Amino acid sequence: MHNKSIKELAKGLRSGEFSSLELTQSFLARIKQHQSLNCFISVTEDLALQAAKRADARIAKGDATLLTGIPIAQKDIFCTQGVKTSCGSKMLDNFIAPYNATVVEKLNAAGAVMLGKLNMDEFAMGSSNETSYYGVVRNPWQTDSVPGGSSGGSAAALAARLSVCATGTDTGGSIRQPAAFCGITGLKPTYGRVSRYGMIAYASSLDQGGPMARSAEDTAILMQTMAGFDEKDSTSVDMPVPDYQAGLGDDLKGLKIGLPKEFFGDGLSSRVGAVIEQAVQEYQKMGAVVKEVSMPNLKLAIPTYYVIAPAECSSNLSRFDGVRFGYRCANPQDLTDLYTRSRGEAFGKEVKRRILMGTYALSAGYYDAYYIKAQQIRRLISDDFKKALADVDVIMGPVTPSTAFGIGEKIGNPIEMYLSDIYTIAINLAGLPAMSIPAGFAEGKPVGLQVIGNYFAEEGLLNIGHQYQQVTDWHQQIPKGFE
Amino acid sequence: MTLTADDVKQIAHLARLGIDQQDIASYTQDLSGMLELMTQMGGTNTDGVMPMAHPMDQSQRLRVDEVTESDNRNNFQAIAPQVEDGLYLVPKVIE
Repeated sequence: MHNKSIKELAKGLRSGEFSSLELTQSFLARIKQHQSLNCFISVTEDLALQAAKRADARIAKGDATLLTGIPIAQKDIFCTQGVKTSCGSKMLDNFIAPYNATVVEKLNAAGAVMLGKLNMDEFAMGSSNETSYYGVVRNPWQTDSVPGGSSGGSAAALAARLSVCATGTDTGGSIRQPAAFCGITGLKPTYGRVSRYGMIAYASSLDQGGPMARSAEDTAILMQTMAGFDEKDSTSVDMPVPDYQAGLGDDLKGLKIGLPKEFFGDGLSSRVGAVIEQAVQEYQKMGAVVKEVSMPNLKLAIPTYYVIAPAECSSNLSRFDGVRFGYRCANPQDLTDLYTRSRGEAFGKEVKRRILMGTYALSAGYYDAYYIKAQQIRRLISDDFKKALADVDVIMGPVTPSTAFGIGEKIGNPIEMYLSDIYTIAINLAGLPAMSIPAGFAEGKPVGLQVIGNYFAEEGLLNIGHQYQQVTDWHQQIPKGFE
Repeated sequence: MTLTADDVKQIAHLARLGIDQQDIASYTQDLSGMLELMTQMGGTNTDGVMPMAHPMDQSQRLRVDEVTESDNRNNFQAIAPQVEDGLYLVPKVIE
C-alpha cells in the first residue's frame, strides 16, 4: 500500500480493497519500524486512527475528496490545535497550539489523515536538519548523510514511505533542497499563493508553504487543497486557484527552457551537472527547445538573503520572550533577565547566529547600508528573472551543487553551509514558484532537477514535472531497506 | 568588516539574547564572516533602485474596522508560563 499514488489509494478506498483505518495503521507501523530515521517529532496515533474512521464513514457516504482517508504528515512549523507544535526548538517544546494553521484546517476539511508532526531545522533555519532540538534526521538513501533542510523530516519520511504526502515550507530552499537530497517531488509555490496563517514565521517576506510528495501528480492534488487566498494572511494574494490536475495532460512541444549559465559554473559537482544535462535532453526529446539565459546578479543572492532573512528573523523571533507562551527560564531576577535567559537557554546556535546578524543589520547606523541595500539588490535579482522569463517559459537547473552531504560535514562551518543554497535562494528573493523533481543519481544519492516558472505558473510546472515522470522512473526508486 | 567580542556582546544585549561566554569568540568569527560576504553587495550600483519588500509589490490590505475575532483569552493563557486573574505574570518592574 505504501508505494501507491494518491489516485490509486483513493480508488482502493472507494472499492473497499482496504479502509483508511487499515491504510493508516500500516503507515503508523512503518513509522515505528523506521524510528531510527528520526523523521517525526510527534506521532499522533490516536488522532490519526480517529480521523481515519471519520474518513471511512465519509467515503461510505459518498462525500469524499481525493484526499479523504489519505495519510499525510505535517511539518512541525504548522500550528495544529491541541497538538505540540515545536518548530524544532526547545523554545516551543511545551507549546500546544491553540489553533490550526489555515493549511492544516484545509487539509483536515478535505479528510486527509494526519499521522504526526515532522522533524525540521530549528525555526526552519538550516540546510541539513542538524539544527533541530530533536536531533538530525537521517537520509534513507544513505543514513550517514543529511536529508537536507529545513523540511528534512518531510523529505526523508516520503523517501522512506512513512507517509503518502507531506507539507513543507521554503524560505531559501527548504522544500526543494531536501526534496532533491531525498529523491522526492516538492513545490515551492509563488509567494502569497499558500496561506502563511499559523505557519510559524521565520522571514515573512520569503516564507512560503508548499506540498511535498513522491510524484508531480500527487503534489498537484495536495496543492489543490493547500492553495488559495486567506483573509487571515495579510500577504496572501487574491487570485483564483486553477485546476492543477486538469493541466497534467498537456504536451511539451515547443516549451522554451532557459538554462542560466550561472547555474552551471564553478562549484557545481560535475556528476550532478551531468544528470541535469541528461534531464534537459529528455525534455528536448519531448519537443522542448533550449536557450541560454543570464542572471548577472545571481552571485549576490546569498549575501542579500543573509541580510534580509536574519533581519526579518530577529524581528519575528522577538515574540519568544518567555512571557506568553513557550520556554521560561527558572527564577528570573528581573524582566531583562527573564527575556535574556529564556531566549538564551531555549534557542540553538544557528538561530542565535541569525538573530544576532539581523539585529546588527537593523541597528541604528547600519539599516541603510545593509537592509535597504539588500532590498534594492533583491529587486535587481528579481528583474533578472523577469527578463529571462519574458524570453523563455521556464528556467531549469540543478537544485543543489552536490548530492546530500555527510552528517557533521558542514555544521561546523556556517558560511560553507549557506553557500550550498546558491541555486534556491534567489527564487525566494524573487518570490517565484519552483519545483524539485528526481532526475537521477550521483554516487548512489538522488539528484534534483529544479524547474522555475513565472508568478502563479504552478499549473505549468506541475505538468512539466508530470510529463517527465511519464517517461522516467526516478521518482519511483525506493531506497534499500524501505521497499 | 570585522566585529569584536564587545560588539557581539552589545548586539546580544540589543536582542535580549543570552549567549554563553565560551561561544562569544565563535559568534564573533561567524558574524565577521557573514559581514565579509555582505561586502560583495557594495560593488553593485543601486542608485534609484526601489527597495523590494513584496514580490508582487502588494501593500498591506485594509479591512473594515469591525470585530472579527472571538475572545480566546482562556485558551491562550492556558499555555502561558505564569498567569493570575487573567494577567500574565513577570518579575516586578517598578518597586
